[in-house]
Amino acid sequence: MTGLALHGDLIMGDTPLIRDLALEMPAGQWSCLLGPSGVGKSSIARLIAGLPGPQRLEGALRTTDDQPLPGRVALMAQGGQLLPWADLLANVTIGARLRGARPDLARARDLLAQVGLDGLEQRRPTELSGGQQQRVALARVLIEDAPVVVLDEPFSALDTTTRLAMQELAARVLAGRTVILITHDPLEALRLAHCAWLLGKGGAAALALPNGATPRDFRAPDLLAAQAALMTRLQEHVPCTA
Amino acid sequence: MHRMNIAPLRALLALAVALAVLQAIVWLTGVPRFILPGPGRVAAALWDNAALLAEHARFTASNLLTGLAAGVALGVATALNLALSPGARLLLRPMLIFAQAVPIFALAPVLTLWLGYGAASKIVIVMLVIYFPVTSAFFDGLMRLPPALSDMAQMMRATPIRRLFLLQVPYALPALFSGLRLAVVYAPFAVIIGEWVGSSRGLGHLMLLANGRGQTELMFAALFVLAGMSLALFAALERALR
Repeated sequence: MTGLALHGDLIMGDTPLIRDLALEMPAGQWSCLLGPSGVGKSSIARLIAGLPGPQRLEGALRTTDDQPLPGRVALMAQGGQLLPWADLLANVTIGARLRGARPDLARARDLLAQVGLDGLEQRRPTELSGGQQQRVALARVLIEDAPVVVLDEPFSALDTTTRLAMQELAARVLAGRTVILITHDPLEALRLAHCAWLLGKGGAAALALPNGATPRDFRAPDLLAAQAALMTRLQEHVPCTA
Repeated sequence: MHRMNIAPLRALLALAVALAVLQAIVWLTGVPRFILPGPGRVAAALWDNAALLAEHARFTASNLLTGLAAGVALGVATALNLALSPGARLLLRPMLIFAQAVPIFALAPVLTLWLGYGAASKIVIVMLVIYFPVTSAFFDGLMRLPPALSDMAQMMRATPIRRLFLLQVPYALPALFSGLRLAVVYAPFAVIIGEWVGSSRGLGHLMLLANGRGQTELMFAALFVLAGMSLALFAALERALR
């Protein structure tokens, strides 16, 4: 298990996007980066995942256990990126097959059951709802068994009730891992995060979070009050308000 | 289902109408039979020369199919190699584009000179003509893997060859199929050009022969058989791809 520490300026091409980042993301907890679209959240996700792109960090990304990070990160993104021609079992085991390892079909079945898709192993992604597709993507992340999991707006395309259910499921099945959650949804951040930052041009501001274990009840008065306060702050960050 | 059953009937009806119109034009204008024989005369020529036509058609069809298979195999192998190796891309791609700038039909006399009047020169012409469309269509498809899946493959530490066969090839199949459709349209052209340049057998040869002897009906009969062959090939491909 490892935590992450990210310090420095996020550069996009030649222009600095966010200055003076100081993100301490503790091991085994959910760290959330909240911010409006275009602020550079996904660039940070790509940075942590080690994916190519125009983004660059002038500074350092360190692990708290001093082991190298590459190969220990799993990523789940908004689209899910399921293979439309393969059934769910094949989709969940694609990682092993891409590496040339023997796919663990029994474990894939277990994980599909764990995310509530038992009996649908032979279906194709196109036969599923958006929420079910994200469940498959979640099972695919789980089978990779990576200590660090990056969730890049994984539930933003889902309807409200499905999103709430998926948040609870993700909090349960990913408990104990170091999770970096990228989102623009204040409620999502307040429900799931152990520590959270609001990203803006000026930098990252640490957020005060409600007490209690995650996933927090979305009806709790302190959470709703925090959400209202956060939405007010987010309004100031939106580049152009009518 | 209903529509599928009625489509061939409609096509036959259209053909019958076209033939009737053609026959009417021939009767009404009194065009000499050696300029434009009516469908009736062509049908009679087809019947009278059935054995001759069949023998020449067999030669043409065999070269057509052999060249098609060889060209597709070579094109697919080239595209896979190009997709796998940046070195091959650097070296082969300019050569491919240059080769395409040379009209392959113009090579027919040279190929006949090198390979003789037999089947080999026809097979090679067909192969060369369809090689580029198949290669370029399939290669373009292989390189158009959605970026999100490319990211996923990298996160899962996919080996290049497994990435190719598990992700790129399935995504490129529709592109390959459009390349195959082009190949099936070009191949009959190519085989006839090959026979025109120099051959002692085949439908193209028969057409030249009949033309020289003023047997215009036989020429049209050969053309009719050739058109039927092309249509059958196209229909077979469409069926196979479904």
